[in-house]
Amino acid sequence: MNCIIIDDEATARAIIGQLCASVPSLNVVEEFPNAIQAIKYLNQNEVDLIFLDIHMPDFTGFDFIETLKNPPKIILTTSDPNFAIQAFEYDCIVDYLVKPITPERFQRAIQKAESVQKVSVPEGDSNKVETSSGNDLYVNIDRRLIKIDIPSIYLVEAKGDYIQVKTEEKNYTVHSTLKKIEDKLPDTLFLKVHRSYIINVDKIIDIEDNSVLIKRDVIPVSRSNRPELMKRLNLL
Amino acid sequence: MEQPNLSYIQSMSGGDKAFEQKLISIIKVEFPLEKNVYFDNITAKNFKATAEIVHKLKHKISILGLVKSYELAVQYENNLIEKSTNGKDEFESVLQLMTDFLETL
Repeated sequence: MNCIIIDDEATARAIIGQLCASVPSLNVVEEFPNAIQAIKYLNQNEVDLIFLDIHMPDFTGFDFIETLKNPPKIILTTSDPNFAIQAFEYDCIVDYLVKPITPERFQRAIQKAESVQKVSVPEGDSNKVETSSGNDLYVNIDRRLIKIDIPSIYLVEAKGDYIQVKTEEKNYTVHSTLKKIEDKLPDTLFLKVHRSYIINVDKIIDIEDNSVLIKRDVIPVSRSNRPELMKRLNLL
Repeated sequence: MEQPNLSYIQSMSGGDKAFEQKLISIIKVEFPLEKNVYFDNITAKNFKATAEIVHKLKHKISILGLVKSYELAVQYENNLIEKSTNGKDEFESVLQLMTDFLETL
C-alpha cells in the first residue's frame, strides 16, 4: 500500500515512518507537515492509505477529510482519545491510534487497513464523466469540471473503478466506466477494440495481428473486435 | 519525581540505533522551538494557542516516558481551555526536566 503521513510534528512523522518501514507491504511515498500541502499532492496522485494527525494548526484532520471526494483509507493519529466517536462517523477511517503509538498497536491498525476493501463512494459523488457537447467532453475531477477536446483523446483505458483518458497534452484519471465514456464519444472517431480499451481510430500508427500502435502505446485488439476495426480502415 | 527515559524510543526502534539517534536529534531540534511557542503564548495570555502547544508537547512528554507528567499536562491543557492557568508551575517544571535530560543525550 502506498501511503502518506500528515502531521505537523516532525517527531511524529519520524516515528510513523519508522513503524511503516517495519511493514513490508507499506510504502511511504510522501510526508507532509500540513494538510494543505497534502491536498495539493492528492490532486495529482493517488494513495492507498493516509496516516493523519487530527490536531493541526489552521486545518484539522477532519477538515482535511471533508475536502476529499474519494478518500483512501485513513488511520488517524492523535494524542487525544476524545475524538474516537467522531472519527468513526467517517467510513474511510479504519483505525484510530493514540500517541505514543506502540509497534504492536500499529501492526493491528495495518492489519485492519489491509482487511478493509477500498472505500466505496456513491457514484454521484465521485469523479466522473459529466457531459459531452460538440467537440468537448467534461470530466469531474476533484470538484472541477475539466474540459477535454474530444479529437485530442487518443486512448481510453479501463483501470478498475477508474478510466484513464489519454490526450495529446495530458492524461486524466476519472472515476467512471468504459461504457459511460463510450456512450459519450462519437463512434465515427472512436472504437472499442478490447474490453479495456477505446481508441481514436485517426491516431493509429500501425496495426499488427492482435494489436494496434497508438502514440507509444501498444493496445491489444480482441478477436471479436478486429473485424470492426478492419472495416474502419481505408485499406489499399 | 519521575525521570525521563528512552524506553519508548528503544521499544519502537526495533534495535535500530541509527533511528534512535535520528529521533533524538529531531526531538532536540523541535522541543526547544515548541517550548518557545509555549512561553510566548502563556506570556501573552493567549489561552487557546497555549492549550494547542501544550497538546503538542504532550506527545514528547509521553515519548520520554513521563507517564504522570503526561496526565498533569492533560489537566493543564483542559484548564487552559477554561482560561485557567492552574498547573502552570508543575507543567513548566516538566519542561525543565525534559530540557535537562535532552542536554545529557
